[in-house]
This record gives sequence, C-alpha cells and structure tokens, in this order.
Amino acid sequence: MLTGATIEVVNLMKRYGSVEALRGVSFAVNEGEVFGLLGPNGAGKTSTVEILEGLRTPDSGSVSVCGLDPQTSGAEYKYIMGAALQATALPDKMRVAEALDLFGSFYPKRRGTEELLGRFGLVEKRSAFYSQLSGGQKQRLALAMALVNDPQVVFLDEPTAGLDPQVRREIYDIIEELKKEKKTILITTHYIEEAEKLCDRVAIVDHGQVIALGSPRELKQRSGSVTRITVRMTKPETNGALGKLEGVTECRAEADDYLLYSTRVPRTIVALVKHLEEQNNELVSLEISAPSLEDIFLELTGRRLRD
Amino acid sequence: MSQVLSHTWALTVSRMRLAMRNRAFLFFSLIMPIAFLFIYAGIFGRGRTQAVPYLLAEVLALTVMGSFWGLSVQLVTFREQGILRRFRVTPVGASAMLASSLVSNYFLTLPTIAVEFFLSRSVFHMAGLGNLLSIFVLVTIGTVTFASLGLIVASVTNTMQETQIINQIIWFVFLFISGATIPFPMLPSMVQAVAVFLPATYLVSGLQRAMIDHTNLPNLGMYLASLGGCALIAFVISAQLFRWEPESKAPRQAKLWAAAAVIPFLLLGVWETVNGDLRVHAMKNLQSIREPYSIERIDH
Repeated sequence: MLTGATIEVVNLMKRYGSVEALRGVSFAVNEGEVFGLLGPNGAGKTSTVEILEGLRTPDSGSVSVCGLDPQTSGAEYKYIMGAALQATALPDKMRVAEALDLFGSFYPKRRGTEELLGRFGLVEKRSAFYSQLSGGQKQRLALAMALVNDPQVVFLDEPTAGLDPQVRREIYDIIEELKKEKKTILITTHYIEEAEKLCDRVAIVDHGQVIALGSPRELKQRSGSVTRITVRMTKPETNGALGKLEGVTECRAEADDYLLYSTRVPRTIVALVKHLEEQNNELVSLEISAPSLEDIFLELTGRRLRD
Repeated sequence: MSQVLSHTWALTVSRMRLAMRNRAFLFFSLIMPIAFLFIYAGIFGRGRTQAVPYLLAEVLALTVMGSFWGLSVQLVTFREQGILRRFRVTPVGASAMLASSLVSNYFLTLPTIAVEFFLSRSVFHMAGLGNLLSIFVLVTIGTVTFASLGLIVASVTNTMQETQIINQIIWFVFLFISGATIPFPMLPSMVQAVAVFLPATYLVSGLQRAMIDHTNLPNLGMYLASLGGCALIAFVISAQLFRWEPESKAPRQAKLWAAAAVIPFLLLGVWETVNGDLRVHAMKNLQSIREPYSIERIDH
C-alpha cells in the first residue's frame, strides 16, 4: 500500500445480489494527476468512485486516499475530498449562492462563494432556484460545490453525462483550469473525447475489471502498429473481401464507412485500390488515422463504448 | 461537538428558508391551525368567552401535533431525490441532519402559537392567558416529541407513499382519540382506555390544565417526562436507522426498534390506568366551558 500514490485502489470486489459489479479493480493515482476511469455504463466506474468517496463499502479489497481510509476516517477525510456525484440533486427552492454558502459552512477551510460564482460562470444565476437552472448550470454548480472546501482530491463522476456537446466543452475548459491548480482529480466517463482531452492517464474498465491502463498515448501505442483506414465507396462492399486485403487485421462496417485496421498501410492501400478497380467500385473518401481510445476499447472488448 | 452544533444551525437556517418557500408547508403549519381556531372558537364555542381557553388548548395541541408531519416528510423527499447523499460526502452527520429537522420545525411552529394566542385575546376576548410557563414548556417539549415521532416514521419507511400512509393512520388516531377534537370525557370508555397510552392525550390534557387550571410545571412533571423520554428515544433510534441513499431499505427489525419510542407512554398509560386522575381533570376542564369565569371581563 505504501507506494506514495495519492489514491490507491487494491483488488476491489463488490457484488449487488447476483451482479458482480467489481471483480478486482486496482489502480493508483499520483499527486496532481488527472486520472480517468473510462468504460461503458455498468462497467463498475461509479461503484469504484463511490467506494472512494466513502458512500459504499467494498466486499473486499482496500482503498486509501492521501493515506486515509474513506470508510473510517470520518470528517478528517471529508475535509480533503471534494465530489460531484452522479445521481444527486439539491432542493428545488434552494438558491445557487445559498447552496455554496451552506456547503461551505461545513468546512473549516473554504473558498468564498463570490469567487466560486465568478469562476464557474454563475454570477448572474446567484439568486436563481436550483429548479430554474439548465443541465449545464446544474453541473457547473456541482463542480463549484465539489471545490467549496478547496480539496486536495476531487472525484468527478460522469461530469458531462447528458449534456449537449457545446456545454460539455464548457465543462472541459473548467476541468482544464483545475488541472493547473495541481489537484488530484479522478474522472469517470464513457466519452472517449473526454478521457483523451483531459486525462493524464486512463484506466479502461469493463465488466468490473481494469483491462488497460496508461496515458492515452501509451494506450494507443500499445495497440501495436495498427493504423485505422476509414474508407467510403460509391457501392457497398462485403466485410469479408476487405478484411482479406494485404496488411488488414480487422475490418468493420460503420454506417457508410468501412474501418480497416492495418499493420502495413501503403500495401493495404495499393491492394484496396486494385480490389475496387476489379469490382468496378470507386473511392469517395479515404482517411488514415492513428487509433483512438475508442479503437483500443474495441480491440480489447470487441464492443464499442456506446453499445 | 461544536461542529455538530454549527452544522445543525446552518442546516436549520437553510431548511427554514426552504419551508417558507413551500406553499403546502405554509398552508398546513400556519393557515390550517388558525382556521381551526376560528372553527373551534367561532362555531363550537359559539363566541362564548369562557369556552375559549379550553378550545385554544385543543388548537394549540393540534398545532404542536402537526410537527409530526413537519420536516420529517421533507427528509424523505431529500432521500428519494438523492439530496441527502450529496450531504453525505460532506462532514455533516445524521444527528445534525435530524436535529435540524426538529429545531427548524420548532422555530416555524412558535409564530403560529403566538398568532393563536393573539387571536384568542383580540378576536375571541379570552380572559386569562393560563400558566404561560407551563404552556411554553409543553409546546416546546411537545413540538420536539411529535417531530421526533415523525422522524422515526421517516426512518422506518422506504418510500414517500409509505411514509404518507403510516403518517395518516397515526395522525388520525392522535386527532380523534386524544381529546384534541372530540373532548376526552365524550369518548367511549373503551376508547379512553386506549387513549391513555397515547402521547397526544397527555399533550392535550397538559395544555388544557395549564390554560384552565393554571397548572404549574411540577404538577405536569409526569407528562413532560414522558414526552421528553419519548422524544429522546425516538431521536436516538432515528439517528441509528438514518439512511442517506435512495435505494437503501430499512432493515426488517427497524419497525420493532421504532416501537421502543412508545415505551414511556406504555409506562405512563399503565400508571394512569391504575391510579391516574386524567379522566377527572378532563371532565373538570370540559365543564369550564359552561362555567362563567370568576373574574368577569368588562366587555365593551
């Protein structure tokens, strides 16, 4: 346990009735790091983070945050930890500034309500009832509340779930800002973009286990020299034929596109062009890209994240 | 300890604000008790001045008993909506959360009590004020007791619906067989035999004695001790059974635990049945409606 990491999770197990939510989750987060738990819904991300927040007890395994046990450390732990939970709310008739004042009053060390309102773009909404806020505003308030005690460690459980892309980007900007403060942040997400953009390191979680762990770059490199070629043709093709082209390890159809994963890109392209000529088919577009985390997830689990 | 007090106070202020913004709460805690006063004193009392202390005592009892609904229901809503779990990641504990229900409810009840007194004097020309200290202490302990009983119902029920149903049942028992609506001497003797085990009965009787006979605190000691004991047990059990998460269910034996809160009234009920004078006082108080006051008011 004594590796000096800020967050240590060792072999967590958790079962709800007949469902094994966590089947031996382990990872460590260093001080000042932004760490992502990436995985589909039901993978065990929220169970893990709620154990870290002290909201749930694991069946076995251990966690420690800044050397404290979330289960037994009581207020001492609450003082250094901030959280934006997933399934939560505030009373409908509570005003924004009142919520920050109230939650701030629970801590000996706190950030001022005015500062938080300004920082999270809520100055104009200070007197609005919670029920009058939009989804994005509620989420900004949740983030402000997670920081009200100026914590060392922040847990953000699906901070952008259900928000439209533009609002999501606003939240990213806020989290980018937090990174500069060198806070240790644990984010759970099922958005690849979020993990790639925000996280220093990512643990890919599926069926209650960590199936890959590393920086987004390392994870992509780990998939070997596989490159993604996205092609679109005038006529549909069969996966089988494309999959047999030289260098192709895997082929998938996605809407009008075909995703070819190739270890030898130039040869594959030559073979592809030749094949299309024989079939009297034409290329509409062709794109060569390094694999994304989405591809890694696909490679590891055989499923897409949003399935 | 000072942390618990400061958390309790912050939550109390916040919950009082929320309650004041809730129309249903204002209706049930302010408008309805005052409507009761007008119905009781205006219709049942037929405007007779000497009937007002008796009827005001009933209205005060109803107001205090209303704490049973009070903010415990709000707590169930908080749990169901996932509001409580947000508090759980803060240093706030179950005791501070529960205590804030009691304290905010108390502060919200006091103005209603004051308005009821004021209207009894100004509109219905009530002559005396009764033993104000006894009334104040009964109202204070009674409010905490009935709010604690509400907390215990909230802590053993799993959904808002279940809470409402159980609350309704208990509320009707309190309402109709305690003397708060139908005068105790008019209840069938079998019902009276049950009523001596209810906290509501002693609240009504205590308030009537303090209003009409000016009964002082020492003479209400047994009533106050039982109300206070009941409140303490109910609070401790509620804190033990407190649940923050919407999906967590009350353990099966919880309802048995909850029953422990009525122990003081089982004891008092037995004592009352053997050598009590509740019936005598109740009859005497009821007769006060018909007797003229010894000190005549000069009516203009």
